[in-house]
Formats: sequence, C-alpha cells, structure tokens
Amino acid sequence: MSTPDLSVDLAGLRLRNPVMTASGTFGYGAEFAEHMDLESIGAFVTKGLSLKPRAGNPPPRICETPAGMLNAIGLQNIGIDAFVARKLPFLRTVKTPCIANFFGETLEEYAEMAARLDAIPEVAALEVNISCPNVKKGGIVFGVDPASASGVVSACRAETKKPLIVKLSPNVTDIVVMARACADAGADALSLINTLLGLAVDLAKRRPMLANVTGGLSGPAVKPIALRMVWQVARAVEIPVVGIGGITSASDALEFILAGATAVQVGTANFVTPDAAQRVARDMESWLIDNGVDDVKSLIRGLRTEDR
Amino acid sequence: MLTESSLLFNTQISPSYWHARLCASAAFVREAAPGRFVMLRVNDTTDPLLRRPFAIFDADDDASGAPVFEILYRVVGKATTILSAKKEGDVLDVLGPLGKGFDLGAPAGEHLLVGGGVGLAPLYALAKKLRAASSTVLLFAGGRRRDDILCAEAFASLGVECHFATEDGSIGERALVTEPLTRYLESQGAKAAIYACGPEGMLRAVAQIAARRAIPCQVSLESRMACGVGVCLGCVVAGRRTAPQTPDFRCVCSEGPVFDANEIDWEGA
Repeated sequence: MSTPDLSVDLAGLRLRNPVMTASGTFGYGAEFAEHMDLESIGAFVTKGLSLKPRAGNPPPRICETPAGMLNAIGLQNIGIDAFVARKLPFLRTVKTPCIANFFGETLEEYAEMAARLDAIPEVAALEVNISCPNVKKGGIVFGVDPASASGVVSACRAETKKPLIVKLSPNVTDIVVMARACADAGADALSLINTLLGLAVDLAKRRPMLANVTGGLSGPAVKPIALRMVWQVARAVEIPVVGIGGITSASDALEFILAGATAVQVGTANFVTPDAAQRVARDMESWLIDNGVDDVKSLIRGLRTEDR
Repeated sequence: MLTESSLLFNTQISPSYWHARLCASAAFVREAAPGRFVMLRVNDTTDPLLRRPFAIFDADDDASGAPVFEILYRVVGKATTILSAKKEGDVLDVLGPLGKGFDLGAPAGEHLLVGGGVGLAPLYALAKKLRAASSTVLLFAGGRRRDDILCAEAFASLGVECHFATEDGSIGERALVTEPLTRYLESQGAKAAIYACGPEGMLRAVAQIAARRAIPCQVSLESRMACGVGVCLGCVVAGRRTAPQTPDFRCVCSEGPVFDANEIDWEGA
C-alpha cells in the first residue's frame, strides 16, 4: 500500500505527524538537535517561559518512583527576553513548528506574555500553562478554578490570533468542567494532562525525597489516568485535544488518538531516550502500514465503546 | 552519543563495589575526558525508568587495540542491583560521554587527588591522564572501611603516591582523609592543586581546606539525574551566589559534574 498520511490539523496548525514533545522535557529544541532529527516530528514545545527569568525550586528536585518520576523544578526558565535573544536564531533553521509554552503570576502577566509571543514569527502556536503543581504562582491557582481559568484564557485570546492551546491540570475534581470553561473562553485546543501531584518519602531519613515536599508525577505510571481524562474531555468539547501522559511508544500514542487526541506529546520518555519522539513517529507510521490504515486522522476518537 | 555497548566484564571487586568494562567507539574514547560521565539504561522496562549516571573510570584501547571504557559502581538500589547481575556479552544502552570534566590547566606543581568509594572512578581517569604527562600525582583515599578504598593497586601502578585513611582503621590510618591531606599540605611548600570526588561531607571539608590555603580545588559532584543533558533541570546544585533573592542553580550534568569548589554554596549543598 502507499505511504500512510500521518498529517493532522491542530487548530489551524498543520503537523507532519501527530507527535510532539512536551514542555519541560525538550529544552528549547536546540538541545536535542544532536540526538535526533527535529524534522521527524510534528512540533515541539518549549520549556515554560515567563516575563522574568525564574531560578526554580531548591534541590533535590526529582526522584524516581515506580514507572515514573516526581519533579518539582519550579518553572526554572531563562525568561522571554533571553528566549528571544538566544533561542530564536536556532528556531529559524528548523522547519518543524515551535510551540511556546508560557505562564504568568497574574492575569496581566499571562496577557502580556501572550502578546509578546504573538509578535514572534518563529513561534507557531502558544501553549498556556495553567497547571504547574509545583509553585503557588505559576499556574495551578488558575488551573483548578473554572472562572479563573476562563479569565486567563480570555485575556490571552485577546492578545493572539495564533493557535492557543491550554494545558490542563489533572489535579481537579472534574477535568471536563475545566475543559469546557477553557473552550468557551476561546481556547483553540486543549493539552492534557500536566503532572499529577505526588509525594515520595525517604523512610530512613523520615523526610520527603524532594525539597519542595510534593512534586508532579509523570511517566508510564500516569498513562491510564491521562487516557481516561483525554477520553472524557474529547467527548465533551468540539476543539482538538492533545494527549499527554506516559507516552513512550507508538502504541501508547495511538491509544491516546483512539481516546480522542488529535496529537500527542512525548514527555518523560525524552529523558530516557533523547530520540524517543522520533521513534514514536517512525513506529506510528509502521503501525499504520501494518494495520492497513491509510490516514491517522481516521483513528481520532475511534475508540469502540459500544456493546461488544 | 547513544550506543548499544556489550559488557566485556562485570566483576565484584569488594563486598559493595563492582567494576565493569564495556565496548566503546574510538570517538567515545576520544571524548571521554577525565571527569565526564555516562548515563546507562540497565534494561528496557519502565521500572527502573530513568538512566543512571556513572563516572568514567577509564576509557582507552584494550590490549588488542579495541576501544573500551570502564565504570566503578556501588550497588545501592534497584538499577545497580540489576546492573550487577549482568553478564559478559549483555548489551547496555549508553548515552555519553556527557558533562564537563576536570580542567587540567595547571600542569606544574603537585596534583592532589582526594576521594573515596565510587568517587575514585573519575580520579583514576584523571590520574592516568596526568601521569601520561609525567605530572606528580598523589592520592588521598578515604572512607568508612577497607571496602571503600578501591583500586589502590591500579593507582599505585600509575606511579601515584597513595595515602589511605579509614574511619575503622582497616586500611591506612584511622582518620578522615582530610587529616593526611592537611598534614601533607602543612609539610610541603610546593604549588599544589586539589581534585576531589566523594561523599558530600568529604567534599565540603576538602573545599574548606583548599579555600583556607587558597589552593585551586575542583570537585566532581553527584546528583539524582533524569536526562543527563541539561534539559530536565532536575540535578541542580546551589552555586555560591545563592541567596533568597538571587538563586544560582547549576546543572550538575551539563555545567558540571566538575566545578571549581569556589563556585558551590557548601552551606546550601
């Protein structure tokens, strides 16, 4: 059979395939150029950017847990000025769309960041982080309350015509309520899930493993929760959904697409295998060929839940 | 660089420590400057999920001219337990060499290497490089017990003068390694530079000794790491400019693991 079509349209952004990389796991893109072909994937997402540089939380910041890891980096980033000065020249050399992830401490900062990023031609789309669990100011206060989330999304929407993706927190009672609030406020797409708030304990020291005490859980351990939430949200909103959570293989990615995702993000797996996203994209093409599927779009929301 | 490397041997050398040799490429050996490290994946399951960092003990051509590298490790958890069960011929997934190694900028004078346990691994690579340039190298190796003093013969055979100290006196003097180091520094007037790798308390004490005498001191640090390439920002240590208003976090994997001891905030560490 002929080569399958892996391209997808994410809120007006055309991706050569549905495989993206998740914010905070892929630097600003350039760090991975020596490890993989950046043009083998659909898009990549930057480390979360803020108006001012941020130093992040004190160490220890990470620890491994069964089939996953906890992190409490604390949104360390170089700030938007350094991003413009130091990272854009590289982005001009890459054809793959770069999506800028960003956050603010106030509604005004979110809006100003959206306006600044809107003016950068190298930024193809915006992913607004209202869901970092590791700092008080930096998202989660906006990400757990529908009215606050709606306010942030409206404020950002007013400042940009680029595709606006809202990254949702799983640390809520009902993610569908949050998803609807963001969609109604003008989001073009939703990405989910950010990390799940967790705790790891050093029994011998009777202390938490992380200086921040709690951290965000990621990796294969969270995949079933992420799949469930993607499935719930994709049924509830009209806008496209980006699936994130423990994806390490093409089959993981395809499961998210069946559950309703238009695209996916590979996150923690980038730490284990620097070319993980490229492998996922390559193996996805092989799977489509082996299974006689000529267009990946035909699998989106294809999960069969009717009576067997 | 990411490679699949066969184990050539994987030997228990003392109750707690193992010594392994793996195949490498010529490019790997060329880039494996003393103090750099590798991230190893011990299997392809999701638990353990992350790679583990190991300092390069040696990287060279073996007797037959094939490029190889070696690591020393202590079995401390799930990943190193799995690693210790690997046999000759088993294949490991290797990312590296990574990080910034020792600065060998001061060839004149004496090079004082201070370490213990697996901290001796990068110091062996350093000693070998320094001795190849005919530099004077002394080793001050310390630890709790004899078990922590690894590869003493290997250092000696490079022509390194070795001083040992253990807390239980089972090898060398019954003391912390800082005692023979301090005594040596007091007894001699030559220019010296210190290179240290070992437990955090040892490094802090050595850094203080060096600072008091204004002796250049480089330390190789250990940290929990996820990526090893400066992306996850998980392995940071506090630099000396750290204050509540001006945090100064350095990535151990990409800005280190070797730092000038003056760059580190030893109170915060």
